Amino acid sequence: MNASTADAAFVEFDRVQKSYDGETLVVKDLNLTIAKGEFLTMLGPSGSGKTTCLMMLAGFETATHGEIKLAGRPINQVPPHKRGIGMVFQNYALFPHMSVGENLAFPLEVRGMGKSEREAKVARALDMVQMGAFANRRPAQLSGGQQQRIALARALVFDPELVLMDEPLGALDKQLREHMQFEIKALHDRLGITVVYVTHDQGEALTMSDRIAVFNDGRIQQLAPPAELYERPRNSFVAQFIGENNKLPGIIEEFDDKKALVRLATGELIDATPVNIRAKGQQTLVSIRPERVEFKPEMMPPGIHRIGADVLEVVYMGDIFRTRMRVAGSEDFVMKCRNTIGQRKLTPGERIEIAWHAEDARALDPM
Amino acid sequence: MRGGLTTADGKPLKQALAHAQARAKRKALLLVVPLLAFILITFVMPIGQLLFRSIHNDGFSANMPQISAWFDETKAGDAPDEAAYAALVADIAAAAEARTIGVVGTRVNYELSGTRSLFTSAGRNAEDLQPPYREAMLDLNEKWGDPQLWGVMRSVSSAYSANFYLAALDLARDENGEIVRAPEDRRIYGMLFMRTLWLSALITGLCLILAYPVAHLLAVLPLAKSNLLMILVLLPFWTSLLVRTTSWMVMLQEQGVINNTLVALGLIGNESRIQMMYNQAGTIIAMTHILLPFMILPLYSVMRPINPSYVRAARSLGATSWTAFRRVYLPQTLPGIGAGALLVFILSVGYYITPALVGGASGQLISNLIAYHMQDSLNWSLAAALAALLLAGVLILYWLYDRLIGIDNLKLG
Repeated sequence: MNASTADAAFVEFDRVQKSYDGETLVVKDLNLTIAKGEFLTMLGPSGSGKTTCLMMLAGFETATHGEIKLAGRPINQVPPHKRGIGMVFQNYALFPHMSVGENLAFPLEVRGMGKSEREAKVARALDMVQMGAFANRRPAQLSGGQQQRIALARALVFDPELVLMDEPLGALDKQLREHMQFEIKALHDRLGITVVYVTHDQGEALTMSDRIAVFNDGRIQQLAPPAELYERPRNSFVAQFIGENNKLPGIIEEFDDKKALVRLATGELIDATPVNIRAKGQQTLVSIRPERVEFKPEMMPPGIHRIGADVLEVVYMGDIFRTRMRVAGSEDFVMKCRNTIGQRKLTPGERIEIAWHAEDARALDPM
Repeated sequence: MRGGLTTADGKPLKQALAHAQARAKRKALLLVVPLLAFILITFVMPIGQLLFRSIHNDGFSANMPQISAWFDETKAGDAPDEAAYAALVADIAAAAEARTIGVVGTRVNYELSGTRSLFTSAGRNAEDLQPPYREAMLDLNEKWGDPQLWGVMRSVSSAYSANFYLAALDLARDENGEIVRAPEDRRIYGMLFMRTLWLSALITGLCLILAYPVAHLLAVLPLAKSNLLMILVLLPFWTSLLVRTTSWMVMLQEQGVINNTLVALGLIGNESRIQMMYNQAGTIIAMTHILLPFMILPLYSVMRPINPSYVRAARSLGATSWTAFRRVYLPQTLPGIGAGALLVFILSVGYYITPALVGGASGQLISNLIAYHMQDSLNWSLAAALAALLLAGVLILYWLYDRLIGIDNLKLG
């Protein structure tokens, strides 16, 4: 195998299956390649198999079937300490009986590195996360955010090419979490390491990742860059899971490659883009993002089907207005409009007409 | 300001705080008064009394006032004169009358064996003795002229004495009151103390080796399974200690289960059955089994909350499983090891019933000798001195533990 293909498939899951009890599969037929230097996020609800995948890659769980390769080499039989993979744990797992400096020196010590070299590396790693002054503290004396930085430094101090992160920001408050997202991303860009990141927070996934693998029910539902995932979800689960989403059930009236006409339960016709459509008369679930819904006639594309909506509630959220409406019998249809100068204010009880570009409405499987 | 903070109306803050809390404090005190009283009456007082006995025994001094007075007036080494013998005879006669001569003889006998009968027979004849008393007493028994006897009587003429501690340390006083080592054939306590400490340390070590993997298993298993196993660990607690020890007798004795099995398997001959009981082996095996739960429980309580991600982190950082255990897991279980070891060690240092039943002669511990002095020889003062030494030894170990590991690092459950 030459260098370029090894780089394109730095980490490779090949038909991997995992079962804990011999009765149910937690991971069903996983195929995934991760390129060198990529930031890949495994996103999914709890129990979707994403953490199990990470644990198999780290070596703490063995694959029931299939092969996992690292830099072209099968690693199923390689014990965790020989894989050379850095890992950041959800609870940080900083050794409580060692100082911060000793924690960082640990991976270097077990590699038999000399004292002076060790100290230089530890100092460099601490500076990298702006924690240079804390080497003599105990982990318990640090705040959550500081512990997080130390855990990150410890996973990076021995220069691994691959770093795994298991919901590393889950325990932090919102502001700190957002700050750390940018820091981790910056570190990734600067060091050129490959990161596999597990989270159930879709905002985190969208902010940081090069590609996101959405897990559900032991399978990857969609593997795509953030924008594609958000704008072109391939099935209802992904559409529901990523971002806020309006869903309208209906039946395919007619469709071709580009466009589909869907008849809703209440009889209205709407336009959509067919995604998982195979036949006329098929049940479908049309998914529309709240910020792509239009209510001003001058903004609507010509010739598009409009649909009536009763405004139920308008919530002022600062940057946007979040308007909840009754549309085709469903009372939780949401529209988001930017809070711009001259924005027309809607009031509850008002009857309006809404529409959208056909590309923004995706006719998916009925779930 | 130097005077410290004050409240809004100018009262010192500390005073105001004390006043505000006084009622709550009184209430709290009332709640603990019953327990305090209980501890005082059932724990502090009896133990204090017993410890007091180790330095105080008035068996001689209270019943022999005249000769005690003579000892007070003279100094050590003075040869007994006629006045001394007269006082002795008068005291013996009075003690015989009051039927306390046996107590006096016993007290002297503690220090110099074979002297009890000297006093009781003198008591029977004291009425008939005529002056000069020295000759009369020597006629009765030549031993009354023995300077060692007089030295002993001088030392017991005071109710307070450190002699029981000396005896407990295999020391004695010679006729001049100098502290010397006891005759070789009488040095048993030192050896027993050493054996007790050594066997306790060994049993603690064995318990640790056996308990550590069990506690770890209990800690990593899912709760439903570990609770079931925990019942097995606790099961012995629900069985009488005597029953458990006796069942070990059934197992270990020469015609017992283990020996029979070995013979039946042909591993040993019928004539060469292994002696596993009535010696140290019996004490070690039975006590290790009985004390095992006291090691498992503190270890378990420390291991349970240790997140498995610590060891995983160590492994991912490049440590072999042994290094991960030694550098990361073991240090985190130290509080449990300390607590368990201290608990087992202190319990086994004072253990009595198991060595008494299965220990034979070589498996006896210091407690068995304390019990002997409490129940058979009735030398309570010596028993108390031995117990006090044991207590002091344990306290020293506790102090050492505190200095080396720190008592706040202890986790009993």
